Amino acid sequence: MVTDTGGIDDRSFNASSYQGLKDAAASDPAIVPSYVPSTTESDYTPNINSLVQKGCGIIVTVGFLMGDATQAAAKANPNQKFAIVDYNYSPPLPNVLGLIFNTAQAGFLGGYLAAGMTKTGTVATFGGQKLPTVTVYMDGFYDGVQYYNSQHGKHVKVLGWNEATQNGTFTGDFTDQSKGKSDTLAFIQQGADIIFPVAGNVGLGAAAAAQQNGNGVHLLWVDTDGCVSAPQYCSLFYSSVVKGISVAVAKAATDAAKGSFTGGNYVGTLANNGVGLAPYAKDVPQSLQTELATVKQGIISGSIKVASPSAPASS
Amino acid sequence: MTAAAPATDPRPSGEHPAEGPKGFVAAFVEAIVEGSSTTVTVLAVVAAIVIGGILIAFSDPHVLGKMGHFFSAPGAALGAAWDSASAAYSAMFRGAIVNFHTVSAASRGGSVTAVFNPISETIVNATPLIFAGLAVMLPFRAGLFNIGATGQFIGGAIVAGYLGFAVSLPPFIHVVVAVAGGFAGGAAVGWFVGFLRARTGANEVIVTIMLNYVAEYFLLYVLGTSPFRRPGRSDPITPFMHGTARLPHLAGASLRINAGILVALAAAAAVSWLLKRSTLGFEIRAVGANARAARGAGMNVERGYILVMLIAGGLAGLAAASVVLGTNYTVDPQIYGTYGIDAITIALLGRGTPLGVVLASLLYGALHAGGVTMVAATQTPIEIVTVIQSVIVLFVAAPPLVRALFRLRTPKQAEAVPLLAAPAVVTEP
Repeated sequence: MVTDTGGIDDRSFNASSYQGLKDAAASDPAIVPSYVPSTTESDYTPNINSLVQKGCGIIVTVGFLMGDATQAAAKANPNQKFAIVDYNYSPPLPNVLGLIFNTAQAGFLGGYLAAGMTKTGTVATFGGQKLPTVTVYMDGFYDGVQYYNSQHGKHVKVLGWNEATQNGTFTGDFTDQSKGKSDTLAFIQQGADIIFPVAGNVGLGAAAAAQQNGNGVHLLWVDTDGCVSAPQYCSLFYSSVVKGISVAVAKAATDAAKGSFTGGNYVGTLANNGVGLAPYAKDVPQSLQTELATVKQGIISGSIKVASPSAPASS
Repeated sequence: MTAAAPATDPRPSGEHPAEGPKGFVAAFVEAIVEGSSTTVTVLAVVAAIVIGGILIAFSDPHVLGKMGHFFSAPGAALGAAWDSASAAYSAMFRGAIVNFHTVSAASRGGSVTAVFNPISETIVNATPLIFAGLAVMLPFRAGLFNIGATGQFIGGAIVAGYLGFAVSLPPFIHVVVAVAGGFAGGAAVGWFVGFLRARTGANEVIVTIMLNYVAEYFLLYVLGTSPFRRPGRSDPITPFMHGTARLPHLAGASLRINAGILVALAAAAAVSWLLKRSTLGFEIRAVGANARAARGAGMNVERGYILVMLIAGGLAGLAAASVVLGTNYTVDPQIYGTYGIDAITIALLGRGTPLGVVLASLLYGALHAGGVTMVAATQTPIEIVTVIQSVIVLFVAAPPLVRALFRLRTPKQAEAVPLLAAPAVVTEP
């Protein structure tokens, strides 16, 4: 596996992807996971090539930014199997499985949850970089808040993202926690009491800011269950907007080991449990949990539309 | 650069009290270069590799498990440590120099290009480092400490990148124009530093560090503007370079080695010529040795600062061109990587000579290229490569340590190479 620049310990999609490989290895001893970290985007190509030369059964590349490098390597090595997290090719390549996730759906639930829990009537989100895989969460979050407002006649405000203009707050990378902290403090000063960071490790800065501030500021974690990946801040999380990367990567690796690998695209949705919310904190009231279950069914059945320009086409 | 010109002969250290207090930076650089000979540099590399090996062994959980039984089975523990370090270093060798499996495969009719891939990767990694190292080394000689190779690199990346994807020109001309644009972009940033230094006496260390931040955020801003956007992408990344703007591959498309290395070697030769043979080079060394004396001799010190920083910036811009047009073919917000920082250590390791910079860059390039293979093959943390590089610099910076370690005699004064003079404290004329 080749990590993105966030590194293997990002408590987010790199960590989830590697967890997927480790899960696959646990169930199939023939699978031996290993990874190469990228420190800059210039590392992608040599890192992928080093694994091609090593002769891996399947090479998992993590992240939208690796799309170009993976495509070039896949075309140069048609017999090498690849899986890429957060990217899909159209037309699909025969030796690459794109693992993409309609996280707008899960973000929608997160937004609905945040709108239902806020006491100040203001919630906030920010991203690491303006990538479709980041803004898709923010679109869903925004829509979820708006849907809650229309259902309950409330006026919960969203800071940090405007779906219509597709502009919002971005820290610039997925590593600098101090920026996450300063942005979060700014949001808190503007009255936000629930923050949804979509920025991998940068979110830890947001959690530190929320903890430092006290005053009942809470977070929604992203990509993984925050209570597992960042347990020191578990009491701050109402829930996490989860993307089932590890399950999808584990399946791709197991399929490759068994020889049943096929290229193409996999889209994780609420319907196939590829995305969703992590278990709720105990202060989330039962009534809101029931509403969220209804909303989820509404999204799956299509009666509630979640629109995001960045959402992947359905599978 | 042992052939010291008369102007650099006066020993700068402590013999010119009139020059005022020696700056920390100047003293630091002087200590490094004065004290270190080629022997010390080579031994520093050896010592760093040994220390790196020990760290590799101790970062391996398998070895640590064996170490738990060190007193009952010391042989097993040391054997495991040796296996771990030698496996990592042999993987590094395979990734940086040659992999004998590919050689034997090629002799049986396998791929010949695979044999040359490690060398190609080493050279590809070294190319931008040569440019950036020269960009730090040249101002050293004029008594300027250029921390701003990062910012100058970004200036070059923006101009070279824009000319590469937005302009259509005939094949050969396009790449020449784009590379020249890289030089101009970096030179503009470097000129600004030299201008501030010469006209206002602003400390170039602070100016260059601050300009790095300005450049990094400016790059992020520029990549977000519509002329630099790649159609269909919302994230900040440029379109791909036109084929005509790419530096041609030297050994087929499957090896990344490209004409950038030829430009880099030419630049090193040009800098060498500039310093040794040209009037400007003489002035640069004179200003570096003693700015006040140089002024007294009728030299235009301010003009020297501006020209040196302009050329240095241009060299850093060429580093950007070699990355943007040679390997990445696109500009992303992290394109500057760590070249600017590595360049400082390369200039020190290269002992302030163009040849030294080329050799140090090849060493770093090999460590980078080998490091990737090492991680892929043995899961040794890639940070070990950074540690080895840092330890090399530490030893080069502390020659007495290396001499004590290897029981060398203290070198005669004459062996030392004067590189940086006492502080160029510019007094208002």
